[in-house]
Amino acid sequence: MSGLSQQAPPTGDDRSSPVAPAHGGRRTSAERMEAGHRSASMQVKVSRGLVRGLPLVWLALFFLVPFAVTLKISFSSPATAQPPYLPVLEWDGGLEGWREFFEALDFQNYQMIAADALYRDAALSSLGYAALATAILVLIGTPTAYAMARASARWQPILVALVIVPFWTSFLIRVYAWIAILKPEGLLNAALMKLGLIAAPLPILDSPFGVLIGLTYAYLPFMVLPLYAVMSRLDPALTEAAADLGAARARAFFTITLPLSLPGLAAGALLCFIPMVGEFIIPDLLGGSETLMLGRVLWSEFFSNRDWPLASAVAVLLLILVVGPVVLFREAELRREEAAEGGGR
Amino acid sequence: MHASTSHPEQRLRLERVTKRFGTHTAVDAVSLDLAGGEFFCLLGPSGCGKSTLLRMVAGFETPDSGAIRLGETDLTALPPHRRPVNMMFQSYALFPHMSVAANLAYGLKGLGLSRVQSAERVRALLRLVRLEGFEARRPEKLSGGQRQRVALARALAREPRLLLLDEPLGALDRALREETQGELRAIQRRLGTSFVVVTHDAEEAMALADRIGVMERGRLVQVGPARELYERPASRYVAGLLGDVNLIDGRLGRPEPGGIRSVETALGFLRASGEGEAGNPVVVAIRPERLVVSGEGAGLQGRLTEATFLGDRIRYRVEMANGSTLRASAALPAAGPVPSVGETVAVAVPADAARILPA
Repeated sequence: MSGLSQQAPPTGDDRSSPVAPAHGGRRTSAERMEAGHRSASMQVKVSRGLVRGLPLVWLALFFLVPFAVTLKISFSSPATAQPPYLPVLEWDGGLEGWREFFEALDFQNYQMIAADALYRDAALSSLGYAALATAILVLIGTPTAYAMARASARWQPILVALVIVPFWTSFLIRVYAWIAILKPEGLLNAALMKLGLIAAPLPILDSPFGVLIGLTYAYLPFMVLPLYAVMSRLDPALTEAAADLGAARARAFFTITLPLSLPGLAAGALLCFIPMVGEFIIPDLLGGSETLMLGRVLWSEFFSNRDWPLASAVAVLLLILVVGPVVLFREAELRREEAAEGGGR
Repeated sequence: MHASTSHPEQRLRLERVTKRFGTHTAVDAVSLDLAGGEFFCLLGPSGCGKSTLLRMVAGFETPDSGAIRLGETDLTALPPHRRPVNMMFQSYALFPHMSVAANLAYGLKGLGLSRVQSAERVRALLRLVRLEGFEARRPEKLSGGQRQRVALARALAREPRLLLLDEPLGALDRALREETQGELRAIQRRLGTSFVVVTHDAEEAMALADRIGVMERGRLVQVGPARELYERPASRYVAGLLGDVNLIDGRLGRPEPGGIRSVETALGFLRASGEGEAGNPVVVAIRPERLVVSGEGAGLQGRLTEATFLGDRIRYRVEMANGSTLRASAALPAAGPVPSVGETVAVAVPADAARILPA
């Protein structure tokens, strides 16, 4: 009893003595901190505004303004002039000048596109090539990314580097190299003939098949990398749990890994599909003169026919074609999120 | 020896199971015999091989040598999805894109249940873990405790012969953990399924398990009921793992009648129980609550340097003549004096409380 009561006061003193002055000191420092906090929060607000604003400025400067110019040219008429279209806005023409300018704009180019089956066929065939190549990329990219994500920690960075390595060579040169592989006397035909699988060279180059090979080759990293990014972050315990609950490898993959990788799959598919619709180099080098794709039509309108307004109208059409899938994707995302929210009632 | 006759198909036998990762031996020739319906705990610090051992029973790791048998089934070569064993993961590993009900039903596919039977099983599982009404929720919309219960229910869905639990309470806060310990025990008793829990928390192991297996650097060093391990540890490692202990180095004296031995230590001669060859260096282990500290009386003389009041008991630190410190704890006496700090006190060491361990 006596031992405890003797012991208690000193510990009480020990605690209270440093606390009392510290309390007074804390108040002033708190005030100082608050004053500093106010100016700091101003700074934070300004820098936050910058951080949010910069991308918008960037987009406006390098996307919105060029698009507005393209849109305007698409409503103009071709002319033998410099620049090769009319009207051109006279900055000193005043209000009258503006009125004349807008009156001279029309939908003539779009009417031409609608009337000529060439453009419709080019658009459909572009979408077809892009869709087919995207499907092939999903089929090749998914197992590739899955194998990479399941490789040992030592191998994964090496495999990622191997996927990225082609980017160190110019895209144009890589597509050129495929000519040497695919041409009638090229590597592929020579190998197939040596093996006795074919008697005569296959016309792969300058055929739709050549375009598909080129598209698949060139865009594979854009499919594999987003998929790998998602798959490598999945908890390995999830597939173990599936196996533990009686799922063989295939069922675990299709019920757990694949559904959880869908965001990566969608990102990869969009990343490939959108530029493939407008692809020019690959159909031009590997597709021969028969291959019809919007990128080539646009190129020939612009450079061969020097019809800038029509080329601009084709460019706007192309944009509308590729914006479609993005909007659909966003909508599917939103619906999925809503479904998840609904599940949580 | 431990095999129960009531659940022979649940009897788990490990025979010299060994697993190496490179040059590191994670599990070293572990043999174990678990009776059916037993609640067993593998206890040890992280890296002692307990999780690797559990993963080998589940099938996620393959032993380099040795055999794992469940009843008459040799599990060693079976892939995880064909083992009549289920595991509750430390991270729970709930499928985030599925509702609670879909998570619970995942393991029912391939069991040959009809849709109605399947739904009935899911309902029963929800009842078992008191989560009725949560079937449509996604795991992310559940609290930590609810997730833990979904993980437990999902692991029980296939009615495994053996349930493995990897740190099942590790992610819960302290208050919830004690409550959940009781629930886990109750569910295990009700189902009669063998549970093997891996934990690094000795208190949790003692609260849960019928028997505890202590692991040290890949080896199973002692197996027994909690009380046996606590009172008669086989080594200073086991003694230190299960609660606080005073360890005093010494040299073993000749056997005396009654099984009590005399040990020559820096504190003088201590009487302790245990075996060994006379003259060998040994350690005497004494739990703090078995030391008796008094103001006057027989025992080792020392100076009380600290007395901490903990409500239900007092913890003492006593500095001995040779400079070493003994830790003691005692229930608060209803009345009467308590030794005060600075006083000379006597520390009595009951011979049956002092255990002789190999040095």
